Amino acid sequence: MTASPRAAHLAQLNVSTLLHPLDDPRIAPFVALLDPVNADADGAPGFVWRLVGDGGADATDLRPAGENVIVNMSVWETPEALWDFTYRSGHLEVVRQRRDWFDRHVEAHLVLWWVPAGHVPTVEEALERLADLRANGPSPCAFTFTSSYSADEAAAATYSDEAAATCAGAPLPE
Amino acid sequence: MEDIDAIAMLQDPVRRRLYAYVAAQGREVGRNEAAEATGVARTLAAHHLDKLTEAGLLASGSRRLTGRSGPGAGRPAKVYTRVLTEFGVSLPARDYRTAAELLAEAAEEAGLDAGLREAAHRRGEALRGAAAPCGDLAEALGVLAARGYEPHLEGGGDGGDDEGAAGGKAPVVRMRNCPFHAVAERFPPLVCGMNLALLEGLLGTDGPVRARMDARPGGCCVVVEDSKINDD
Repeated sequence: MTASPRAAHLAQLNVSTLLHPLDDPRIAPFVALLDPVNADADGAPGFVWRLVGDGGADATDLRPAGENVIVNMSVWETPEALWDFTYRSGHLEVVRQRRDWFDRHVEAHLVLWWVPAGHVPTVEEALERLADLRANGPSPCAFTFTSSYSADEAAAATYSDEAAATCAGAPLPE
Repeated sequence: MEDIDAIAMLQDPVRRRLYAYVAAQGREVGRNEAAEATGVARTLAAHHLDKLTEAGLLASGSRRLTGRSGPGAGRPAKVYTRVLTEFGVSLPARDYRTAAELLAEAAEEAGLDAGLREAAHRRGEALRGAAAPCGDLAEALGVLAARGYEPHLEGGGDGGDDEGAAGGKAPVVRMRNCPFHAVAERFPPLVCGMNLALLEGLLGTDGPVRARMDARPGGCCVVVEDSKINDD
């Protein structure tokens, strides 16, 4: 990666609680969209990385947040690139039908945070950010599309003494 | 400048034609092109285009329209595009946007997507009234234009506005404007789902044309196509 040391990328995690098992016919329309939508993501402008399970094409076989909870995790060059993919591509058709397939989350189910370019976030790190968002609300360490923070704000928060505790698990600068 | 002043700029019929022309192209438009398309002299078009830019209705930039560069390529020409800023006037003052955002926020939190889609579908059907489902794409263009979607035909082998590698695709209607833009940006799945259901009701779901979700940057999330194609 040729990015400068200060360059930051945006990481994203969302968790979805399945209403039925993945092999249930009622979930089949979702399963059918997985490959084409993931292919869209891989080719989308600003796409950097997404989580894939062992030997799989997606992360649906990983269940780090619960047996019936699937996770979706990726890294993007900018918030705009992630937003355009999430809501201005074939992916919108998936989220439009979310109530047919997934339980409604009372707590936050999507979290965004900045990572140094080149850093591949771990699932543990991602779940910590989600827990942070749920516990403390949006902050430069863990935020959402509607309450977002810039990479500079995140850097200031992460490496200042007072905020260091709230950004636990933040990767060190490259 | 107040919104009402910006809108008052469009009182002038020449200005209004120029604004409508630039808005309809969905790309940068040069002075010569705008003048020719609206049938006014170039200097008059330039004057009005700059007035519209001053009012914040258009944005201007400069670009070499010849596509060449270096000596002999000519001076960059001034080009214009429609801005995304919304202008609204309500007399007496009413604030439906805040109401819409609050209702959408509550609907989102309560997970009311299905109920909202049903209401939108019913509204679409009510707007269609006793009319039969939309008969073809030409009729859809008229219906959608009347509701502010700024539709245009894309594809169909004319090569004009087609995109992607697959040339000669069946024509589809795309829309440059989302009438629910501000709320759709804040609650995309909820409001785009509502919009699709509204258009399904408006155009009919079992007629010769159908609406389908096909979101892409810059424009409405829905595309309207012939029901017979892509039926896989």
